[in-house]
Amino acid sequence: MIQTLAFYLFATLVVASAVMVIMARNPVHSVLWLILSFFNAAGLMVLVGAEFIAMLLVIVYVGAVAVLFLFVVMMLDIDFAEMRAGFIKNFPLGIAIALILLAELGLGLGAYGAGGIELGTPDGTAAVSASTSNIAAIGALLYGRYILLFEIAGIILLVAMIGAIVLTFQAPPPGSRAQQDIGKQIARRPEEATVMKNPDIGKGVEL
Amino acid sequence: MGPVGIEHYLVVGAILFVLGVLGIFLNRKNVIVILMAVELILLAVNINLVAFSAFMGDLVGQVFAMMVLTVAAAEAAIGLAILVIYYRGRGTIAVDDVNRMKG
Repeated sequence: MIQTLAFYLFATLVVASAVMVIMARNPVHSVLWLILSFFNAAGLMVLVGAEFIAMLLVIVYVGAVAVLFLFVVMMLDIDFAEMRAGFIKNFPLGIAIALILLAELGLGLGAYGAGGIELGTPDGTAAVSASTSNIAAIGALLYGRYILLFEIAGIILLVAMIGAIVLTFQAPPPGSRAQQDIGKQIARRPEEATVMKNPDIGKGVEL
Repeated sequence: MGPVGIEHYLVVGAILFVLGVLGIFLNRKNVIVILMAVELILLAVNINLVAFSAFMGDLVGQVFAMMVLTVAAAEAAIGLAILVIYYRGRGTIAVDDVNRMKG
């Protein structure tokens, strides 16, 4: 009972905040609604026992992606009112296509609900067991059978990180103080940079 | 209200997916909101993967959801980086103005 109630609460909030994401006037509000949407989706996933994916969703999306969005929205000085010019014009077409898509998805669900479609049976090698926790079971899979997939995911993230840096990096103009001569900095020795002085009392130090 | 089955989750996933597509149509000019709509679509996919994984008793679906999450994070980082350099060059991010592919 409590599970059913929690499901409907989370599901309603996910859908409502998703509507607000695409309808909000201000993209900053959109990002905040997106965060709420992800939190509730994480709640839905906890309900079926997928704690690891739920926590990952909160950490990766709310902690990294949503903050990145917020950063970019606030960093760029854009007239967002002007961007909504086509909103009303595109509304009928958008709703029509959304309804068609929803009808198609509903058709698929209805066909499944009518029976006769076998989903296939898992081979049991990755079965959920009651004795191990969700995180331990996923860890065993990730570092065992799917180690290659895991490594590839790491490479993808590395490429994305380097790509984002290369794209946005601005080298300072030559001759400016921000321009570093790294070789010169590394070659500098303590004896060139510091001197020992033994000044008389009451007199200053001449450099 | 009966017990929550896989269909309930699939319905939520379908509605989220449709909302993501609708978001792309409604905010045709604003790349940032389009990227957020894409994130909604990927979230719908993840909900479906996790639901199937949980109700069929097979953890591979959750491993796959993790891979979707990885690609989504990479896509967001690269997409926003492109957005930033585009804004630097043009002073706007309106999609309508993206009609020359010159650097």
